[in-house]
Amino acid sequence: MKTTPPPAPAEPIVDPALTLAAIGARVTDVPLHLPRARVWLGGFAIAFLLVCALVIGIANLFARGIGIWGVNVPIAWGFAIVNFVWWIGIGHAGTFISAILLLLHQAWRTSINRFTEAMTLFAVACAGLYPILHLGRPQFFYWLFPYPDTMGLWPQFRSPLVWDVFAVSTYATVSLVFWYVGLLPDLATMRDRAAPRWKQQIYGVLALGWRGDARHWFHYEKLYVILAGLATPLVVSVHSIVGLDFAVAILPGWHSTIFPPYFVGGAIFSGFAMVLTLVIPLRRFYHLESFITDRHLDLMAQVMMATGWVVAYGYFAEFFTAWWSRDEFDQFVVANRALGPYAVPFWGMLAANVLAPQLLWSRRIRRCLPALFAVALVVNVGMWLERYVIVVTSLHRDFLPSAWGMYHGTFWDWTVYVGTIGLFLALLFLFVRLLPAIAMSEMKALVTKKGRVA
Amino acid sequence: MTAPPGLLAEFAAPEVFAAAVRRARSAGYTRLEAYMPFAVEGVADEIVRGRRSPIAAAMLVGGIMSGLSAYGMEYYATHIYPLNVGGRPLHSWPAFVPITFELTVLGSALTGVFALLWLAGFPRLEHAVFSDARFDRASQDRFFLCIRGDDPLRAGAAARDLLLAAGAESVEEVAL
Repeated sequence: MKTTPPPAPAEPIVDPALTLAAIGARVTDVPLHLPRARVWLGGFAIAFLLVCALVIGIANLFARGIGIWGVNVPIAWGFAIVNFVWWIGIGHAGTFISAILLLLHQAWRTSINRFTEAMTLFAVACAGLYPILHLGRPQFFYWLFPYPDTMGLWPQFRSPLVWDVFAVSTYATVSLVFWYVGLLPDLATMRDRAAPRWKQQIYGVLALGWRGDARHWFHYEKLYVILAGLATPLVVSVHSIVGLDFAVAILPGWHSTIFPPYFVGGAIFSGFAMVLTLVIPLRRFYHLESFITDRHLDLMAQVMMATGWVVAYGYFAEFFTAWWSRDEFDQFVVANRALGPYAVPFWGMLAANVLAPQLLWSRRIRRCLPALFAVALVVNVGMWLERYVIVVTSLHRDFLPSAWGMYHGTFWDWTVYVGTIGLFLALLFLFVRLLPAIAMSEMKALVTKKGRVA
Repeated sequence: MTAPPGLLAEFAAPEVFAAAVRRARSAGYTRLEAYMPFAVEGVADEIVRGRRSPIAAAMLVGGIMSGLSAYGMEYYATHIYPLNVGGRPLHSWPAFVPITFELTVLGSALTGVFALLWLAGFPRLEHAVFSDARFDRASQDRFFLCIRGDDPLRAGAAARDLLLAAGAESVEEVAL
């Protein structure tokens, strides 16, 4: 009789020595007692300086108009749209981790979902700035919303750009709500652990009076899982609609049915890269290794590699359909991307998004923090280049050679871009300073479910 | 007439706590409250006794209403302000799907959150249990079971004995 060997004991998701009390103490220690305050302050100060640059960049833009950016006909969508797509894609990993992995019963998500949901919110905030700034007359942004105005005007509901308004604002609202609902029990923990009265009052008000009542948990858990179920198609729809912003146009290089799924795959790819970029330093800095183990980083690297292949397939499909279509304009776009004036970003994109993630086949690299961090950084850059290639190379040489042109980001393009990175980092610094970065109540449920740890 | 005080028992381990809730329930106590730092499996079901949360139904209704109004708005707006784009019909329904979907999700999510606030009575910053000094740990690592003073079986000495026998660390009176 053949016997199968007993399965190897699964690597634990979190440190098995964690107790309920230790979880509360370790997680709330960061916002309540602020270990290593000097380094935090230094990091925040740098991010804050970049926020100041953003404010100056936006003030200058408002004063002088979008002519200070490099955009002009034929390339009217420059950094603003590149950065919009980049940021919103980054946000998608947070929703993927908090909603889709919840529905798939991936217990490991519990260590990172709170932090990545915050990352989603801040990335969407950065993304949302760009279309508004790009309007030229940002004070009229509310014209995008349907409201009964005196002129009887309505938005063009057949336009993907209007769909985008609804998709991004819904996404931002639902992400915020999901995040806040998840925070309620942990805000109560903060209230009960905070020492000074004023802190207790602030966290207490934010917790809305949560007291862990079983009846509240009963409704709460129902709500949480349905919100996850709603967020799952939502996250797919948001980046699909972003993809349709391009695909609905008839421009060669944009007019492609592969765009919605390819954009969703790319979004999750870039988002996981950003999560790794942030989590690796974070867990080292605050010694969160017992919550965010090497296994988490390994699993995230695997998701990144898998979604990297979706992106690679998207590139392949673009080449293939250009060749298969026999359309000379489509074929020209592909040739122009590879050999034209923007060949460097194009090959950089391929190297960063297709070649670099292949390193992650090796378990040793997935477990080697500096290497993994480097790959994640490269992918972040690569995904930015991808959006740059899509936006700029498609627009700069379309059907009529007399209408061709070149685009380069100006000083003010870069100022606003670097400024939003600063805004993103500053918000994250404030988040870890003020709120529990790990979902304590979910973590407590996880460590008590012994034997069910997957 | 004010109700007599209830009993608030503190437990240290989730399994002991869950067993105590079942034990109190099978002993016939009906006016029970349980407080826990996370949703211990089975406890909420024992407390609500097979009732269903109305949250799912509320979210379904909220989502459908929101989606219908979104579609109606698109239909209305394209007819009150007609734009002929390449001879396409004004009622170009495939183009109306994304916004209908987005607003369905939005309406459903917001309905769910407000339903939770309504059902839980939030925000409510004061509550009798908060006056118990031990209760700070209800959000951390302790589990509390309360037999209310208005329980038909009376939260008296027998109830106290039951809670202690079920493994409670301590039992105190609470104005509940």
